[in-house]
Amino acid sequence: MRRRVWSLVLGAPVVMAASLLATNSTSFSARAEQTQASSAEVKIDNFSFGPATLTVAVGTTVTWTNRDDIPHTVVSDEKVFKSKVLDTDEKFSFTFTKPGTYAYFCSVHPKMTGKVVVQ
Amino acid sequence: MAAKIKDEILHDHNHDGVDRRGFLKCMAWAGTGALCVMQGGVLKSYSLSKLSDLDQSAVAAGELSFVQISDSHMGFNKPANPDVAGTLKAAVDKINALEKAPEFLLHTGDISHLSKPEEFDTVDQILKATRKEVFFVPGEHDVLNDDGAQFHERYGKASKGSGWYSFDKKGVHFVGLVNVMNLKAGGLGTLGHDQLEWLEDDVKHLKSSTPIVVFAHIPLWSVYPEWGWGTEDSAQALAYLKKFGSVTVLNGHIHQTMQKVEGNVTFHTAASTAFPQPQPGKADSPGPMKVPAEQLRSILGITGVNYIRGQHALAVVDSSLA
Repeated sequence: MRRRVWSLVLGAPVVMAASLLATNSTSFSARAEQTQASSAEVKIDNFSFGPATLTVAVGTTVTWTNRDDIPHTVVSDEKVFKSKVLDTDEKFSFTFTKPGTYAYFCSVHPKMTGKVVVQ
Repeated sequence: MAAKIKDEILHDHNHDGVDRRGFLKCMAWAGTGALCVMQGGVLKSYSLSKLSDLDQSAVAAGELSFVQISDSHMGFNKPANPDVAGTLKAAVDKINALEKAPEFLLHTGDISHLSKPEEFDTVDQILKATRKEVFFVPGEHDVLNDDGAQFHERYGKASKGSGWYSFDKKGVHFVGLVNVMNLKAGGLGTLGHDQLEWLEDDVKHLKSSTPIVVFAHIPLWSVYPEWGWGTEDSAQALAYLKKFGSVTVLNGHIHQTMQKVEGNVTFHTAASTAFPQPQPGKADSPGPMKVPAEQLRSILGITGVNYIRGQHALAVVDSSLA
């Protein structure tokens, strides 16, 4: 008897939480689609960024992945963004919210340079 | 830099077909370290990989001997060398096997691979077995994420600026320089204004007969700027050293041995204790060279068997042990 009472009491917030999730579900999926539509990848391979120049729309999240055996970084020339050191297969992401040309380089191997053009 | 000065004579004992015209005068695959012997103000360096062939009496005759090791990359665990601790220990064994113990060790940077505390700890632990004082300069891998704060805390407390310093041993003036900080997009290694000013002041009052040994991580000569293998403002540093009759520059970074003579200055780069890198321009990128595991130690153990002799008295810089 006692157990049943407890389960009833505990059940109430669970239901509330479920209904909250239900009402929010549409906006969640919408946001997910948007992210998918405005993301782009840069691969770090063989001591170079590929593509070296990437053109994206405002709001795009760019993800860099280090495919090299050697650690690299992704650092904006104008200090707009700066990754920690990325070991093999580690990633760094940055969302570009303003149009412009963002030159960047690897601060460990500064001969490695790249550019993101945000339109 | 000193491009106008004619490079000196080279004897190629390797016959490996490498084109050595231009500034690349001689090179060979890596070694575990270099024993440097100062005799009559002239520095000779010997690879530790061929100790059995070393003429110990030549070492005994020197006023001062020390060992340079470089690019230990502790923490690196990729196929090019999954056991960088093992190969560093092998270098230490060779140092300990020297008949005449070296005065001290120089480590020309990239002690660690990712600037992790445990990586530095491991190297310190392994090098302790030499029971020798070790002088360090940082490589770019030692100053990741924290602008060198940890390196400074561990090795640079007595140094100036981002870690430069000098000291004297048996009449030889040693200068440790830092050229891995504040690297700029598209650029090479950099010493910077403050360090150059300090260097000018540091050597100003020394007699021109004082032998000078400069050590830094990235080469202070243009080995291969396309891969960043050079230092933007090294010419200024070398200009301050012009008056000296004997200047030796010891670097690491490029994971292979090379030597060059320019006037009174002899340049050496040391091998890595961890993994070899390709010859300049001979691969798409300067990434680690992968070799079969059974060959790695032998490759790390192959030494430069080149011998450079210049017209100047001091220009015997690297002795063949073959």
